[in-house]
Amino acid sequence: MKKTTGSTLAALVAAAALSMSFAAPAFAQQKVKIGFISTFSGPGGVIGADMKNAVELALDHLGRKVGGLETEVIYGDDQQKPDVGKQVSDEMVKKHQVNFVAGVIWSNVMLAVAPSVTNAGTFMIGTNAGPHQLAGEACNELFFTTSWQNDQTPEAMGKYMQDAGLNDVYLMAPNYAAGKDMLTGFKRTFKGRIAGEVYTTVNQPDYQAELAQLRAKNPKAVMVFYPGGMGINFLKQYSQAGLRGQFPLYSVYTVDELSIPAVKHAALGQLETRYWSQDLKNEANVKFVGDFRKKYDGKTPSFYGAQSYDGILLIDSAVRAVKGDLANKKGMIAAMRKADFKSTRGKFTYGHNHFPIQNFYLLKAVAGASATADPVMEVQKTVFTNYKDSYGGHCAMKW
Amino acid sequence: MDFTLVVEQTLNGLQLGVMLFLLAAGLTLVFGIMNLVNLAHGSLYMVGAYLATWFYQLTGSFALALVLGLAGTLLVGVVVELVALRTLYERDHLDQVLATFGLILFFNELIAILWGRAAIYSTLPEFLSGHVQLAGNLRYPLYRLLIIGVGLAVALLLWFVVSKTRLGMLIRAGASNRAMVAALGVDIRLLYTIVFGFGAALAGLAGLLAGPIFAVQPGMGEMILIQVFVVIVIGGIGSIRGAFLGALIVGMVDTLGRAFLKPALSAVISPAAGDAAGPALASMLIYLLMAAVLAFRPEGLFPVRGGS
Repeated sequence: MKKTTGSTLAALVAAAALSMSFAAPAFAQQKVKIGFISTFSGPGGVIGADMKNAVELALDHLGRKVGGLETEVIYGDDQQKPDVGKQVSDEMVKKHQVNFVAGVIWSNVMLAVAPSVTNAGTFMIGTNAGPHQLAGEACNELFFTTSWQNDQTPEAMGKYMQDAGLNDVYLMAPNYAAGKDMLTGFKRTFKGRIAGEVYTTVNQPDYQAELAQLRAKNPKAVMVFYPGGMGINFLKQYSQAGLRGQFPLYSVYTVDELSIPAVKHAALGQLETRYWSQDLKNEANVKFVGDFRKKYDGKTPSFYGAQSYDGILLIDSAVRAVKGDLANKKGMIAAMRKADFKSTRGKFTYGHNHFPIQNFYLLKAVAGASATADPVMEVQKTVFTNYKDSYGGHCAMKW
Repeated sequence: MDFTLVVEQTLNGLQLGVMLFLLAAGLTLVFGIMNLVNLAHGSLYMVGAYLATWFYQLTGSFALALVLGLAGTLLVGVVVELVALRTLYERDHLDQVLATFGLILFFNELIAILWGRAAIYSTLPEFLSGHVQLAGNLRYPLYRLLIIGVGLAVALLLWFVVSKTRLGMLIRAGASNRAMVAALGVDIRLLYTIVFGFGAALAGLAGLLAGPIFAVQPGMGEMILIQVFVVIVIGGIGSIRGAFLGALIVGMVDTLGRAFLKPALSAVISPAAGDAAGPALASMLIYLLMAAVLAFRPEGLFPVRGGS
């Protein structure tokens, strides 16, 4: 008798516990939680601000409901440091129990964040950094990106300069992993003569000494990679040294909507390659750029913003496909692989490593609409159509 | 090797040197006389760059912007000294480092609130944007020559003030033995405020000269501050002469290293070695120099005589 009561009680407790443990996720499913990591302080903070603005605009466009569910976005500042980024993502995954981690600007931060998020069984949606490891041997079914693989953009520039028959090209980049990757990518498609290859110290403010060396080499063209504040310094000094008219300058990730207001006419005529431009004429992009300007007093978004906007739409498409059942990860992976959302770059598909197969364009900084307006980036021609990255072969994932 | 190129790179080294000197002069005085480690010196450089850029946009006159920017940074320096630093002189260096690091964060955030996180637009006035034909095919940017001229003029002026005036005598005395100067009835607090204010103005001058050629953005001061600390360690803490010569040495070594180390290594060892080691070694050169100075002349190459 006693024994039976005891076991009944135990069963009751167990049943109660079970029902509670079932009830808890059912309750949590009323809400999508997204942890968005970017750099919000220091010189890189201007990029983070652009990404956050775009995320907020995406939420506005979705009626503040991602996949039709209540949505909470938690922003985290990685301070441009891998260790801080990992700490922030751990907190999001363990403490806040987010369903998706998104964002991340820097490749070295991404290499610290992505594995720890996916190992915990949480989705990682990259919206900028595309280190080659994640496209190759370290690819993961829970990792998607709405940007590109690092090498693709310089490969497009190399292709363009190769086709233009340029020779004696002088290359410059900061001396760190991404700088070397960029020039490696460039040389993968550019087969002409290289007049010189110079690596400068990261965040070095003055390039006068290197520019004097460059002039002495008398190259036919110059190709550089100087992201963020480095690009502002470099462009100003390149113009001030009178080299703009002397040696045509080509670049990747150096001139964008964030750096143009700081350099204005010093950017005029600059050629860049990119997968996106503010003047792409598809419906989603016109809406994105137009509403962004309306919401943020006339500011033009950059590609960082466009990718982040796409990231939220990608998550939305996945949650919609499983009808809000956030436990159905298989279903969401299958949905994301279709890239079934209105991307700001137009229609694209995913490669088997979850990196986009997309077009790359040649962009040029041309004079703005009025005499006082800043220069704007405009598409000149398509360099690559449906272009795949070079590392997919190392990725074992199949679907 | 091309002789013109060597001359041009020497001018570049000189230009970097005088820029570092403007920053190092204030820092070394504050450290030497007030025994204060001021990590926020770079913030005053940033304040100078922002004020001058802002005044230039408001007034349209570059000269007026320089004067207003300089006066503004002087004012900010004096306020910082009166409000924050006064309480720190008697504390140990760790407290000073923490407090002035706090000032860095404060100024970076303040600037971000006032002007935003993005770099603001700054450019050269038309009449300074040309080049000067120095000799043969050597053309050098006019503005960079102007920086060299201003830097050397300031060095001369400082030398005059420090070695020929009563104020300079007090400054030198303060650097040698603070307690004695105070005991002799000199208002040491006022002296501190004056020294700090002028140090701030010099940092501001460096900042407003740097504005048109560099990205004017929050945190711009920290990028150059480390080199400035290298300068005062090499030159000898508290010594204006040391700051000047140290700055020229660092400017030259850094510039010539960046320009010629890779080709030199390629020629002497192998092109592969030059490619691999050149850039890394060039960016380390001034730190190696500093390490050598610390090992063999820990008081710096041109130390203050006496000392407390």
